[in-house]
Amino acid sequence: MLMHLPVLVVLAPLLAAPIVALMRGATWPWLLSTLVSWFALLCAVLLLIQVQAEGVIIYTMGGWEAPWGIEYRIDFANALLLVLITGLASVVMPYARLSVEQEVGAERSPMFYAALLLLSLGLCGMTATGDAFNVFVFLEISSLATYTLIAMGRDRRALTASFSYLVMGTIGGTFYLIGIGLLYVMTGTLNMADLAERLPAISDSSTVRTGFAFIVTGICLKLALFPLHLWLPNAYTYSPSAVTALLGATATKVAVYILIRFVFTIFGPEYSFGAEPLAEVLIPLAVIGLLSASTVSIGQPNIKRMLAYSSVAQIGYIVLGIAMGTAMGLTAALLHVFNHGLMKGALFMTLGAVMYRMGGTNLSDMQGLAKTMPLTFWAFVIGGLSLIGVPLTVGFVSKWHLILAAIELGWWPVVIVILAGSMLAVVYVGRVVEAGFFGEARDPTRREAPASLLIPVWILIFANIYFGIDTRLTVDIAEAAAAQLMAGGVVR
Amino acid sequence: MSGLGIWNYLIIIFLMMTGLYMVISSSNLVKKLIGLNVFQTSVFFMYISFGYISGGAGPVFNENVELYSNPLTHVLILTAIVVGVATTAVGLALSIRIKESFGTIEEDDLHKMDSSL
Repeated sequence: MLMHLPVLVVLAPLLAAPIVALMRGATWPWLLSTLVSWFALLCAVLLLIQVQAEGVIIYTMGGWEAPWGIEYRIDFANALLLVLITGLASVVMPYARLSVEQEVGAERSPMFYAALLLLSLGLCGMTATGDAFNVFVFLEISSLATYTLIAMGRDRRALTASFSYLVMGTIGGTFYLIGIGLLYVMTGTLNMADLAERLPAISDSSTVRTGFAFIVTGICLKLALFPLHLWLPNAYTYSPSAVTALLGATATKVAVYILIRFVFTIFGPEYSFGAEPLAEVLIPLAVIGLLSASTVSIGQPNIKRMLAYSSVAQIGYIVLGIAMGTAMGLTAALLHVFNHGLMKGALFMTLGAVMYRMGGTNLSDMQGLAKTMPLTFWAFVIGGLSLIGVPLTVGFVSKWHLILAAIELGWWPVVIVILAGSMLAVVYVGRVVEAGFFGEARDPTRREAPASLLIPVWILIFANIYFGIDTRLTVDIAEAAAAQLMAGGVVR
Repeated sequence: MSGLGIWNYLIIIFLMMTGLYMVISSSNLVKKLIGLNVFQTSVFFMYISFGYISGGAGPVFNENVELYSNPLTHVLILTAIVVGVATTAVGLALSIRIKESFGTIEEDDLHKMDSSL
């Protein structure tokens, strides 16, 4: 059983999804998907412990050795990602019950939970696999699940949001497919380890360069790097709260992971930053994205939309870390992937609780929240502080590392940009807190959100504080992962 | 590069650009999906061209045959075709739902209705 952990993370939800889809009512599908998510989290945690103890785990699918078969390869970077994805899914599933009943309806629940399971398994599969084409398959599984989930939102604009994401996402996925095809023609392999071994010899061919460009552009569409982020704000705003929480916390992060995998493991940092002008392209986009998305989010009347724009800005921080091309930058990027997952998951779930009681997430719904729904309000405050990067929260840990990485390179303007981004975050989080604290409640009789919504929210909030104080676990893993990735190629 | 030469690649590029142009320029959602399909089909052709070797036989073992075409790209693209079909199905289903709730599938009209909400 322990031997099969890498595949169980993916297989358990894959087997459960059709069963869930065939069930009736709202309770049983919910119960089964929750249990399966917890099981997947258990597998992921055991995997992380195993990686820490024994190093890279290689799992050959069906006993077929790579490169003939597909292999799953777990190292520090994707073990951390797997814990994040399954962890968020395990918190979102119990939370989803009431929220989905209200926002999606009981009769559509089985399909909803099946799609949610497919989404999380697609993301886990992308993370765990060591085969470039397999990434495409899982990418499309998770994307198709995402399109249906977004379309289940109550607002009819969810449909158009889902459609435009479908068009953009398919173009992104197909770009990735073109890139993989070009690499396959040049190397004759799809296995990531083999690709990494064979690419350096032929790295100055224009086919490889074209493949690199297609892959990076395709993935950047998926991770919503400015200016390819246009699908994101609508998709996050109109999808059901539970979906936004899972998507906002994990989906773009997995795309970031794939970018890291290609840039560092497969092409190697020397090629990506030496032969190709990756840093020169990514840094300006990350900086503009960071500043413009933060500025735009200040004026948003809908808080969910405000956080969606803030997600685009946070992607800017992460891409900035990647584009530095140093071990410290990469450590910061990986830390922020994990930490941003925790804070955005918590914040979007808090908004789901507001949605449950107030029926909307506009600034006017947040008025006087400190009196009517204090636990929800304080959860938002702590999540917001983490987003700003106040010490003792996870946001501080990753921004601190990012600033250290920029100082190490002597990039003072970048340091200023990072700090300016935090200042803008103070403004956009601050106006919500101000409305909640000083505003007059529209309806003072509203009560606190039910416990089944609040407990998952507070679990994530505690995770935000815990990993902000006890940084040993996350920083050690991120540093180990960065060291593995910077070595280029694949650790055998 | 005898036989097809680079002609098939020129056709692929033409199809790819046509598809992308249709996605960007047409306002009708179903036409957008058709453009998306043309775009994806060009990639299918590309993979199929990759695997073909001039004079190569189908990948069935035969003692008289020495040169085989590469079957792997063809198998890969079967997967991608299935993905394409699924995407189109979801896209069309969404278009129907959009037509039901907005009464139109013209993007320009949808934008006007969105901003008035």
